[in-house]
Amino acid sequence: MSGPIVAGKPVGMEVSIAIAEAAKLADVDIVAAYPITPQTHIVEHLAEIVADGDLDAEFIPVESEHSAMSVCCGTSAAGARTFTATSSQGLALMHEILFIASALRLPIVMAVANRALSGPINIWNDHSDVMANRDAGWVQVFAENGQESLDLTIWAFRLAEDKRVSLPVMVNFDGFMLSHVVEPVTLPDAETVRKFLPPFEPLQRLDVDAPRSLGPVGIPDIYTEAKKAQLQVLLDSYGPILETWGAFEKAFGRRYRPVETYRADDAEILMLTMGGLGETAMSVVDERRAKGEKVGLVRIRLWRPFPFDEFRKAVAKCKALAVLDRAISFGGPMGPVASEVKAALYADAHRPLIVEFVVGLGGRDVTFADFHRMWDETAAAARAGKAPAPRMVGLRE
Amino acid sequence: MAAQSAQPKWTELAAGTAITVPGSARFNRTGDWRSVRPVWDHAKCIRCGVCVVYCPEGCIGWNAQGYPDADLEYCKGCGICVRECWTACIRQVEEEV
Repeated sequence: MSGPIVAGKPVGMEVSIAIAEAAKLADVDIVAAYPITPQTHIVEHLAEIVADGDLDAEFIPVESEHSAMSVCCGTSAAGARTFTATSSQGLALMHEILFIASALRLPIVMAVANRALSGPINIWNDHSDVMANRDAGWVQVFAENGQESLDLTIWAFRLAEDKRVSLPVMVNFDGFMLSHVVEPVTLPDAETVRKFLPPFEPLQRLDVDAPRSLGPVGIPDIYTEAKKAQLQVLLDSYGPILETWGAFEKAFGRRYRPVETYRADDAEILMLTMGGLGETAMSVVDERRAKGEKVGLVRIRLWRPFPFDEFRKAVAKCKALAVLDRAISFGGPMGPVASEVKAALYADAHRPLIVEFVVGLGGRDVTFADFHRMWDETAAAARAGKAPAPRMVGLRE
Repeated sequence: MAAQSAQPKWTELAAGTAITVPGSARFNRTGDWRSVRPVWDHAKCIRCGVCVVYCPEGCIGWNAQGYPDADLEYCKGCGICVRECWTACIRQVEEEV
């Protein structure tokens, strides 16, 4: 990328570049990363920005993602605003350190260009990488387009560094479907970002003048209490999440909610998506609404902590809910999102019929026709009053 | 586990379970793992200090009479002092339950 980028008006930009620009606008101190498709352009661009002297940061090229996240833990603990990005096998290799970042309350921000896990080796988009790290204790959000990817990356620092939170935040966006797509993106001006995102003041830091130990052993007498404290901080981040999205709206004019709906208020049949598929789904909702069908969409923006109340409210009136999963819980209840949603509704008096679909694995296209078929099947299930078994859409059989 | 009630509640832990007092590991009484403890026979002890040097816990010091002695709040009863003692003056005694 060459030449100055004008702030405040939409420009055509690859979404990966937009995320790198977001990290630059956030004035990060450290980027520690290892290249992996389809995330590579983010850190490649950041390496350029740092090398060109446009961002006063250390770019630490490491030998693996395990090292990348380990470095991030160290630099964040030292009080540096820390960013990294990864995908798929890279996220899997970070796995054990992800738990340490959250347990130590280190406000690292990571963009994850969601990609299928091997094998067979597949570089394309689905959500198996993030779902395998669902329980790592990070705040996890999903973006649906380029603007959201940029916005949520900037916001993620504000939330992560909020002293009431001080937790790592993962911004998920679809690999290739977003990461390599050129979209119209409006970059905010640096001054507005600076006001929104004051300098990082850590909750605690490694400091020779005030020594402390981070990451000690937690014996059986302590571990239970440590986990409860960690859980409560993540649950309590919900208030600050709403608050900081409110502040974001005030500063930048775009509004984010834990659960976002589209034409859902009077909808009898709802569909639930996470990530970029929501954009296609909205177009299909419009097509079916034009024919008089009462259909709508529910998008989970905030995956962790799961917005139970907002989700229940969003589906309270519908007859049937189609849940689109982009990963498989092998040998379990098929889709991780569907099983979560079912658990969320188990104790409720009104439970919509839930029809489960696994779609778009390993980059398989999910077409308008696929969406129409899923809506047809969900409507038929609602009429019959019985949900079919979870189905893998587009499977040749 | 006798000290369980003295442990902090979950609301009392430092953020991220950080240890905020330097050198505070010494406050952890780790000797309760022990099933045997070392006892010195002062008739045989030549006060050479080999046991003091070899103790992996650093918990053997000198008592008022000038003989080595283990701090039983930290001694694990590992027996390295028994093994290393030149005059074989240290024996292991079963801890009574």
